[in-house]
Amino acid sequence: MTEIFGMPLVVVLGQLMLGLVNGAFYALLSLGLAVIFGLLGVVNFAHGAFYTLGAFAAILGFQWFGVSYWVSLWLVPLVVGALGIVVERVLLTRIKRLEPLYGLLLTFGLALAIVGLLQRVFGSSGFSYPVPEALQGAFNLGFMILPKYRAWVIVASIAVCFGTWLIIERTKLGATLRAATENAPLLQSFGVNVPLLVMLTYGAGVALAALAGVLAAPVIVVTPDMGVSLVTVVFAVVVIGGMGSILGSIVTGLVLGVIEGLTKVFYPEASNIVVFVIMALVLLFRPAGLFGREQT
Amino acid sequence: MTFTVRSMGLAAAALYTATLAVATAGPNEVVIGDIDDMSGTYADVMGAGGVEAIKMAIADFGGTVLGKKITLLTVDHQNKPDVASSKFREWADQSGLNLLLGGSNTGVNIAMAKVAAAKHVPFFSIGAGGASLTNEDCTAYTVHYTYDTTALANGTATTIAKAGGKTWYYLTADYAFGTQLQNAASKVVESNGGKNLGAVRVPLGAADFSSFLLQAQGSRAQVLGLANAGTDFSNSLKAANEFGITKTMKPAALLAFINNIDSLGLQAAQGLYLTTAFYWDLDAETRAFGKRYFAVMKRYPSMDQAGAYSATLTYLKAVKAVGSTDAEKVMAELKKSKINDVFAKGGYVRADGVMIHKMYVMQVKTPQESKYPWDYYKVVKVMDGEEAFGPVTGLCPLAPAAH
Repeated sequence: MTEIFGMPLVVVLGQLMLGLVNGAFYALLSLGLAVIFGLLGVVNFAHGAFYTLGAFAAILGFQWFGVSYWVSLWLVPLVVGALGIVVERVLLTRIKRLEPLYGLLLTFGLALAIVGLLQRVFGSSGFSYPVPEALQGAFNLGFMILPKYRAWVIVASIAVCFGTWLIIERTKLGATLRAATENAPLLQSFGVNVPLLVMLTYGAGVALAALAGVLAAPVIVVTPDMGVSLVTVVFAVVVIGGMGSILGSIVTGLVLGVIEGLTKVFYPEASNIVVFVIMALVLLFRPAGLFGREQT
Repeated sequence: MTFTVRSMGLAAAALYTATLAVATAGPNEVVIGDIDDMSGTYADVMGAGGVEAIKMAIADFGGTVLGKKITLLTVDHQNKPDVASSKFREWADQSGLNLLLGGSNTGVNIAMAKVAAAKHVPFFSIGAGGASLTNEDCTAYTVHYTYDTTALANGTATTIAKAGGKTWYYLTADYAFGTQLQNAASKVVESNGGKNLGAVRVPLGAADFSSFLLQAQGSRAQVLGLANAGTDFSNSLKAANEFGITKTMKPAALLAFINNIDSLGLQAAQGLYLTTAFYWDLDAETRAFGKRYFAVMKRYPSMDQAGAYSATLTYLKAVKAVGSTDAEKVMAELKKSKINDVFAKGGYVRADGVMIHKMYVMQVKTPQESKYPWDYYKVVKVMDGEEAFGPVTGLCPLAPAAH
């Protein structure tokens, strides 16, 4: 049997596939962060909390109103995204002229408040969300058993990520967005409603986080702190990819998921720090990130 | 500016009154403290439910002992040993603390045990698992009340090994508790003629367990030993089901609470073996207690919550018996009297501090077997305290091993 570092090839292939699943979540979450940072200059620490809210909304919708998974997939990002818009209007817009640090502190406080509230109301042991019927069961890929749902997660997140990328890079709306990132006052003077653009962008970024939450709900036990550890990894992904770089965050998310997956095989104890080691190295040798541009 | 000055003044005033309130606690009160994870991963296992159970015990005892009012202080240790030990010291020095109940987290409990020894305050560890609390880390003031890693392994691992689960592979939480649990189970497996094929050490709070589970599956062991707890346990079992690993390996929960089973659902948890000190649906007495608790908390008590209730009563009974809150007298009384209540029958505190009582090996019911809400377990085996907690090891100087 072919072996890589003493591991049978089939085992390594299986782990690569699992890494890709986790990478898909990283990509989806870091994409939202990158979009928000790009346009608002806000390091959105509440991103993990919105991801958690997405998962909770799916569960409560299912338990209280019988909302199906497929409806949640659309409805939850809309509802949580609308909440994001409220946050932007009521809170973030008031500090936009201050240093970025204030945005970071504000969203960090918001995250603590959301997690604390969920904890208070629902307790810490969490909920299970059933895998939708159409996606139950597994594919036998020969080298591994891949649950259908995980395959769906990869397909769905990559589709959403590249859809977002296309919108931003290839449409007129995207061009306007990018222009706002470069020089908002100038764009405003052309008659573009920049505050509206900013508001909708924050809402969209939050909606992406909520979508990731809905996608994650069937594979993990949904607890108030599910986003806490994940979001730190995602921040590292954004830093490695280059703050604000859309394509960078997608590619980096997927690649780091795979690297982390391999670490789980070769040195499992280090699997929760490997991303941060890479981040440190990238910051040393390429401070703007792999896909980022140096600030001039 | 004036606002700042005024609010600082208010804060100072509030702080001052708080200090006053603390300082007045003393001769006319018996003070019980509860330091626990109130907001983190383990908050459901004891947490606010534990506080409620302690309040129930105080109320059931009549609210007073030796004519003094019983006061309860609680604080969130945030899973930080330094937070717990500084609060414990503060209560011992300033609030006239008479008894400390320790909640979840072995590391935090070891830190609190050290303070108990220094401050001479009886310390009942309710929520910690690590058996080192009554071995290397034992003190004259520690009572390890609800369960420990030895009892968990003796229950679950013995039952599965005797039923033919001879080869084991462990998914171990990479910290003190996980290691202690894996070691205890490994010993039990070996002494039953089984073999330990290996372990993967998983960082605490990992987001995804599937990689680790595939490694476990690759070992071709018959049994998947889950040496973890809380959300880690739930997530690893959930993923094991999803990847079909439970079809080829039998999962063994080395520590699972009824809250975990409730959040996983029977579909995912069915057939699982686990060991517990308490189950609400054992007999009429436990059912009555469970229902009283349910009326307030909207869920049934975990073994830690029932343990917190029992521990509070046990302490108060000892105080009443000796007519004093003197720590030495109370500890002496605790180590010679029997404990009989809803949680323990004929329980007793051994010289090394282990509270010896029955433990139950349970199997989680299938969705078809479960007839009403929270109807989750069937009793596989009732273990006597001596069998569950094993003989004195001799590692604690208070209790030399029998030769």
